[in-house]
Amino acid sequence: MSTRTSYREALRAAHREALQRDPRVFIMGEDVGLYGGSYAVTKGLYDEFGEARVRDTPLSELGFVGAGIGAALGGMRPIVEVMTVNFSLLALDPIVNTAAALRHMSGGQYSVPVVIRMASGAGRQLAAQHSHSLEVWYAHVPGIKVLAPATVADARGMLWPALQDPDPVVMFEHAQLYNLEDELDDPPPVVDLVHAAVRRAGSALTIVTYGGSLPRALAAAQTLAADGIEAEVIDLRVLRPLDIETVLASVRKTRRVLMVDEGWRTCSLAAEVLARVAEDAFYELDAAPARVCSEEVPIPYARHLEEAALPSAPKIAAKARQMLGR
Amino acid sequence: MIEFKLPSLGSDMDDGKLIAWHVRPGDAVKKGQVIAVVDTSKAAIDIECWHDGVVHELITELGQTIPVGTVMARLLAPGEAAPVGAAPTSRQRVSPAARQRAAELGLDLAHVVGTGPQGAIGLEDVERAAAPAPKPAASAVSAASTPADRAAEMRKSIAAAMGRSKREIPHYYLSETVPMGRALEWLRTANAQRPVTTRLLPAVLLLKAVALAVRDCPEMNGLFVDGAFTPAAAAHIGVAISLRQGGLAAPALHDAGSKGLDELMRDLADLVKRCRAGSLRSSEMSDPTITVTNLGDQGVESVFGVIYPPQVALVGFGRVTERPWAEAGRVTVMPALTASLSADHRVSDGHRGALFLARLRDLLQRPEEL
Repeated sequence: MSTRTSYREALRAAHREALQRDPRVFIMGEDVGLYGGSYAVTKGLYDEFGEARVRDTPLSELGFVGAGIGAALGGMRPIVEVMTVNFSLLALDPIVNTAAALRHMSGGQYSVPVVIRMASGAGRQLAAQHSHSLEVWYAHVPGIKVLAPATVADARGMLWPALQDPDPVVMFEHAQLYNLEDELDDPPPVVDLVHAAVRRAGSALTIVTYGGSLPRALAAAQTLAADGIEAEVIDLRVLRPLDIETVLASVRKTRRVLMVDEGWRTCSLAAEVLARVAEDAFYELDAAPARVCSEEVPIPYARHLEEAALPSAPKIAAKARQMLGR
Repeated sequence: MIEFKLPSLGSDMDDGKLIAWHVRPGDAVKKGQVIAVVDTSKAAIDIECWHDGVVHELITELGQTIPVGTVMARLLAPGEAAPVGAAPTSRQRVSPAARQRAAELGLDLAHVVGTGPQGAIGLEDVERAAAPAPKPAASAVSAASTPADRAAEMRKSIAAAMGRSKREIPHYYLSETVPMGRALEWLRTANAQRPVTTRLLPAVLLLKAVALAVRDCPEMNGLFVDGAFTPAAAAHIGVAISLRQGGLAAPALHDAGSKGLDELMRDLADLVKRCRAGSLRSSEMSDPTITVTNLGDQGVESVFGVIYPPQVALVGFGRVTERPWAEAGRVTVMPALTASLSADHRVSDGHRGALFLARLRDLLQRPEEL
């Protein structure tokens, strides 16, 4: 039994399930209550669960993320929604200096079981202050787990295990994915927060990606298949800790690796993945590792410039052909 | 070190696909030498080098599509020494996997031909070299675009250039009836002494007259770039040539003003032939300073064209027809055509345009001086 479900609806169902299953769970963030969430993820939950469990906050990321971390320390299981990753920079201090560090600094006496969700990514003409992909800023930090659900099933399934994690979890939802639709099994599949997933099997090269770039990578793979180039597409899913073994196993088979990352190229997650491949599979490689990343500019407002700045299926396919000398 | 970049071969060209290199690292090249072939939406174009020098490094790979302005190769200027330690092409590239496999097989990599990016030896190359009965080499020809693709691409690039022209250029239009009696009579006499293969077409007179007329009206002949007009030193006339698969190109007839009619006729025939065969040179695509369209051949009486940016004028010629002609109080029958001018009002005014057309008309009354 399965139902056509959007990524947004899948997230909402996951939140409802969490609120129903655990009385310690509550949601807080800007406009998550009466308005139903900036991306309508929490729509209806305020009416269903009341203002104590779905709480609107002032426009103060530093304040309400800090409050969420405090609530987690106090025994609650907060889900904190930040409108975009750009705005989350105001809350880097409580996330990096407090949530990520407390277990270590307290010798294991305190844990911070908070889940912080945020939208990321470009493609909707919202310009440079609402469009960036800063996942790697969080993936850099020991002490937090970083998730990037890129499918409807992961949008449905990642929240509950994230709440079970005793340490802080940051979850990135690419804003272009909210309207993505797919069949969702009932009951929903159980997903883990450990493994990368092979979304398409292939033999000619491995395309590694995550989040909003997954649909583009799959589209590129389809184009390439028409020319007889079968690309394997890997969705990282968990950006920290990285499941590099799944990537390496694929690269040992295909001997070529191309990473697609909406983050900027310099010091990107792509840089980390390719460095790991070079370290651990150098003698398996039959071509230099390659990347398709965003251009190194603040994401432009104008549509054509924004499109030009982002990884796209044609750019991915062109780079893949180049790697194959085709 | 000289950077050789993909030139823009017209305002409708954004990128090109490298089909062939005609040079290799170490080759000496001369200014004007064809060093590469690039496929554009219009045709496969021979790309000329703009410098004397020695090829140091080829950067663009075969089959790669690159934007205009991309560095395709680096050249050493005459007398320049190769940078020390930077000899990127001297060492054979071998992928790590290929190197390891070759070691396992005891294969000498010196005898293996690399087919990977930048000529690198890949795993497949090693396996192929080690195989007892070598298979015929896989065809290196990339999947050629179909004529339908080409036509669609050309439509797109014409749309871009003409859309830009009508957005940016405030056109004004003038026309003038040009009596052609003297010119055609002169042509008949001139052709009577020529073998069939070298006979002159009326189009040659028209092109030469345009090239001479712009000498008196330099604001018709040049390019408008970044808000300023630069007159051209010579008249490189873009000749609009319709292509069999649809669409058109307007490559340059270089310095038409200083060529004799016979030379111009040869060059025109050659240009039309190569344009339809899809083998133009890059300078022919990028150099035109004014365009001439001769739709009279198709039977229309007059044509008011759209200027090809960044040029500033386009001259149109209609069909030669016999018309009643009043002159000196008498009516006679006169072969005549309508010459038109589309010009850029940012650069010239109607008054100058009128002088240009009048000059053009007068030149065509003295064919012996063309």
